[in-house]
Amino acid sequence: MSRDRSDKEKDTLKGTFTSVMLLGGFIALSWLGVFILFINR
Amino acid sequence: MHIHRLEKIWLAIGVAMLFVFLGVIGVGAFAMGMQPPTGHHTIDPEKVSETYPFNNPGLEQVGENEYNAYMIAYAFGFKPAKMEVPLGAKVHFQVTSPDVVHGFQITGTTVNLMAVPGEVNHYTYTFDKPGEYLVLCNEYCGAGHEFMATTIIVK
Amino acid sequence: MTATVMQASAADNKRPFDGKDAKLVLAHLLVAFTALLLGGVAGVLQGLVRGGMIELPSEIGYYQILTAHGVLMALIFTTFFIIGFLYAGVSKTMGGKLLGVVSRMGWAGYVLMTVGTILGTIMILANEATVLYTFYAPLKANPFFYIALVFVVVGSWISGYGIFTQYRYWRRTHKGSVSPLFGFMAVATMLVWQIATIGVAITVLFQFIPWSFGWVEKINIMISRTLFWYFGHPLVYFWLMPAYMCWYICIPKIIGGKIFSDSMARLSFVLFILFSIPVGFHHQLMEPGIAPVWKYIQVVLTFMVVIPSLMTAFAMFATFEQTGRAKGARGLFGWLKTLPWGDVRFFAPFMGMLVFIPAGAGGIINASNQMNAMVHNTLWVTGHFHLTVATTVALTFFGVAYWLIPHVLGKQLTPRMNRLGIIQTIIWLIGMFFMSGSMHTVGLFGSPRRTAYTTYGDHPDAVFWMPYHVAMAIGGTILFIGVILMFCNMIALMRAPKGDEKTAAEFPIGETADAAEPTPKWIERWGVWVGVLVVLILFAYTVPFGDMLVNPAPGSKPWVTW
Repeated sequence: MSRDRSDKEKDTLKGTFTSVMLLGGFIALSWLGVFILFINR
Repeated sequence: MHIHRLEKIWLAIGVAMLFVFLGVIGVGAFAMGMQPPTGHHTIDPEKVSETYPFNNPGLEQVGENEYNAYMIAYAFGFKPAKMEVPLGAKVHFQVTSPDVVHGFQITGTTVNLMAVPGEVNHYTYTFDKPGEYLVLCNEYCGAGHEFMATTIIVK
Repeated sequence: MTATVMQASAADNKRPFDGKDAKLVLAHLLVAFTALLLGGVAGVLQGLVRGGMIELPSEIGYYQILTAHGVLMALIFTTFFIIGFLYAGVSKTMGGKLLGVVSRMGWAGYVLMTVGTILGTIMILANEATVLYTFYAPLKANPFFYIALVFVVVGSWISGYGIFTQYRYWRRTHKGSVSPLFGFMAVATMLVWQIATIGVAITVLFQFIPWSFGWVEKINIMISRTLFWYFGHPLVYFWLMPAYMCWYICIPKIIGGKIFSDSMARLSFVLFILFSIPVGFHHQLMEPGIAPVWKYIQVVLTFMVVIPSLMTAFAMFATFEQTGRAKGARGLFGWLKTLPWGDVRFFAPFMGMLVFIPAGAGGIINASNQMNAMVHNTLWVTGHFHLTVATTVALTFFGVAYWLIPHVLGKQLTPRMNRLGIIQTIIWLIGMFFMSGSMHTVGLFGSPRRTAYTTYGDHPDAVFWMPYHVAMAIGGTILFIGVILMFCNMIALMRAPKGDEKTAAEFPIGETADAAEPTPKWIERWGVWVGVLVVLILFAYTVPFGDMLVNPAPGSKPWVTW
């Protein structure tokens, strides 16, 4: 059981996934910010 | 070819985001009239000052609080040099250049067009806020580029 | 034999670099870093002038040094560094040395490009070519400025043929094997360059040169601009792809890990080939003479070129995470701590990757059709490409130089040099934070790019921009210190102590992760990729460009307005 866990821990890419999702969120927010500015001008 | 499950999810989300952006700007441009400046309307750059409507640059009323603004961007200034626009007016800008490429940008607005010799560029903007708007050239045009500016007064 | 085995083993990474090839690589890097130094001098002067802190002597024009800065940094530093780096990796991974004919092509390209660089620089210094590096018609430079550009481009073509030749030879002598990743990516990069430069070559040879000599009277502006931007956007991918090569191939080795996926790395480069070229209109969104629907179609294609970067982001994080977990890291972000933060070979390119996040986000905003009106020709755009090329690409190239120069010379990367490299990187990041950060902000307020000091008759908007221009000047000054330190570091690297098998700097070539599947053969069907690209180019350009040819606007006479 514990061996299984550590194997899973070794192969996981959950940190990668979280990182790229943060990156995607940053892109979306930046884009939205300028879009709102565009609409308001 | 093997693609990691999480990478597939990420790419699906990322590509979906791109298509949402494209959808928003596409609907804005084609359904709500928010096109970038455009027009394929040619003019001889050597005869700008003799060619209608640029033989008489300035405002021309075309409707109730709706105007055409014919403007010439030249090295290093704009014609007409000063312009007054009534508050709330919808202005259809037509801009060209008799010499090199210039920019036509009104700060604080979405008016940002290229004045290309040989072509007339078109863009429509409604002035909802009063003030003295700065018009400047944002494309390098020569030694006096940084002096190339004017104002539009909206009141 | 699989691709993984064919790629360099650890022993190969350490194997001494071919002495003859070393000279070719170093010759390219020397011109690159000299251009960086001269371009840096021009850059800091611009920053100080625009910030209202100094005035130039009357013999030197602001736009003259702006032209010098753009040409030397964006065209010369990048192209020479890229060709030097690609030749080094091609020699390393595809046979251990360059074929005689490839070496000769490399030198021929180098000589042509250097002659072009010198001629072009003379023209700029003589104030005969104050047209900026985009040289938009109908501003007319001395014809020899355009001829200088022809030398640079033709030289780079010959260098590209050299890379293709070495690759073909390797494929012929390794039938049935997948090529080394470095060779594959070098070919992809040079393919983009060859196809992209056709546009600029046509406008320079058939429009600018005859017109600037006075053989023809007029030039069609929209045709020249369209041909220029057909080249101008893939140009930025020609800068970026070699940086990605360092990330995909070298970084895994440096951090003690493996390449996440050889196939996905190659696929991302195939996507760059397909989508980096038929997108030039997103630089012309604010122009007349192009129908809105064609602008929008190229905007869609531009967004497709984001996908390989999304793939790269995943691959980089995955390499870091897998490496960290193999070393025992736990938790969601435990792997971050296992990265070699004190190693400049990692630190500089990593910071480049990090900066590419805001840089890429800004790029998507720029390309968003009508939203481009918010940023077009404002300082935002200058801020944008000072993140992309002048930070992401430049820091990656600097990071490469710290091992490439000592490696080809059989020398060491000493701890002292490494420390200087870390300091240089930090200086760069601080300077860029102030400069590019201010440029982005003040650009959104409307401050134009490529403009000397002015307050537009003390208009309140322009007066409000001034503090940002001062912050840009401060950032630019810090960056100039970074340029000087980088130049000194490069000299010091050349004079580093000799190394032996154990201590000499290695050429880090990563191996593919064991779990990754073998690379499919179809990925190297270049004919297919080029065929699809041609179809995409014809789709994106035939109708709008045909319209410019069939219904041309009246042409323009030459103007010298500086």
